[in-house]
Amino acid sequence: MAPAPGAAMTERVRVREMIPPGHVRAPYYLRGKVGEIERPLGPFGNPEQLAYGVPADKVPLFRVRFTMAEVWGDGAENPGDTLDAEIYAHWLEKVD
Amino acid sequence: MPHDHHDHHTPHSHSGLSPSGHPYRADQDMPLTYWQSLEIAVRELLIEKGITTELEVMATIDQMDSRSPADGAKVVARAWSDPDFKARLLADASAASREMGFDIGALRLIAVENTDSVHNVIVCTLCSCYPRNLLGLPPDWYKQRAYRSRVVKEPRKVLTEFGLTLPDDMTVRVHDSTADMRYIVLPARPAGTEGLSEDDLAALVTRDSMIGVAIVKAPE
Amino acid sequence: MRAGRITLSRMSDTDGRRWHDMGGLDGDRVALDEHDYALWEKRVDALMILSTTKGLFTVDGLRRVIEDLGPDYYEKMSYYERWVHSVNQNLIEAGAYSLTELSDKMAEVKARGETYGACAGGGDD
Repeated sequence: MAPAPGAAMTERVRVREMIPPGHVRAPYYLRGKVGEIERPLGPFGNPEQLAYGVPADKVPLFRVRFTMAEVWGDGAENPGDTLDAEIYAHWLEKVD
Repeated sequence: MPHDHHDHHTPHSHSGLSPSGHPYRADQDMPLTYWQSLEIAVRELLIEKGITTELEVMATIDQMDSRSPADGAKVVARAWSDPDFKARLLADASAASREMGFDIGALRLIAVENTDSVHNVIVCTLCSCYPRNLLGLPPDWYKQRAYRSRVVKEPRKVLTEFGLTLPDDMTVRVHDSTADMRYIVLPARPAGTEGLSEDDLAALVTRDSMIGVAIVKAPE
Repeated sequence: MRAGRITLSRMSDTDGRRWHDMGGLDGDRVALDEHDYALWEKRVDALMILSTTKGLFTVDGLRRVIEDLGPDYYEKMSYYERWVHSVNQNLIEAGAYSLTELSDKMAEVKARGETYGACAGGGDD
């Protein structure tokens, strides 16, 4: 289930492992990865609808912070470095 | 040694000149290509149909040309000089930029601060999102595969290719502009710049330091 | 019983990753050289800004068309060539003009001369 729109900082979330054949803004390299919410950004028009000229729902957007260790595993250049990306709520699952 | 290529500090407002100040001669004399003919056709059709005007197209070009890294440099210099402004910048960089009189349109800007322990670098892996309305158009390398694919995985190695080597005890934070936000790095103020005016400070701030592939050096 | 072998259509084995989604893939050394923007490129950029500001399409639509081009076209077309293709396709989808109108106009443009300067007309330098 997706995090609430005002989700607390440092709430842990996982990026869903979907691979749809269309315009999405969740990068492939982050799918399935677990990060922490760095800050909620508020609601924005869903790019998956805007891209096709379809009326767009507003979806909560979050900045999510991942460690490089989480993203690249043993291949990480420096495990403690971080990667921040903006991910829409429907791409995130809460991690207990 | 950090270095900046073709760093444009001079804003231009002439649609006939490229950002480096050179006229668009080469492009005008080259044989017309298919995609160029499309651009001319689309532009003229939109004008004929009253969707836009020639004047509006030229004004849009001029407005984009008037934006340059010098704008961002002024914001950085103010943040270095005024702690209250810096706090406002870090809280809402769009509002802070507008406060300084920059017409940034709908840009949603986040400023990320470099410190003794943290170095930030910006990328858009999916395309080429960039804070254009504050810094002007991005450099070619920012839009190309090498940077977009590698900087999220081996940022320190990529930074060495720009001439920047970071110590192991610093944390690198890479920001991938995947959605509606755009980013500017607030570079660390170099030592030895105490007492410089805001204008003198702004003159030190390069485009590359605001993307995060360079740091700002004090004047020699 | 049927005589002969049954053959099925060859199917692709993509994992679904899209070409533009390149974070983490291998790449060359960063090439630091930069080029000045040509006037036609600035005009493409302006047409994108104006069209999206006027609500004809969105920057998301701009990206979507470019992504749908596929990897070959990323190699064959320059950045603003991809943009003008996308601006045009989005405008067609928005009903701003028809393909027939566009074809006629492109032919008219081409007939004006050999160079961009001769064909762009309008008196801009």
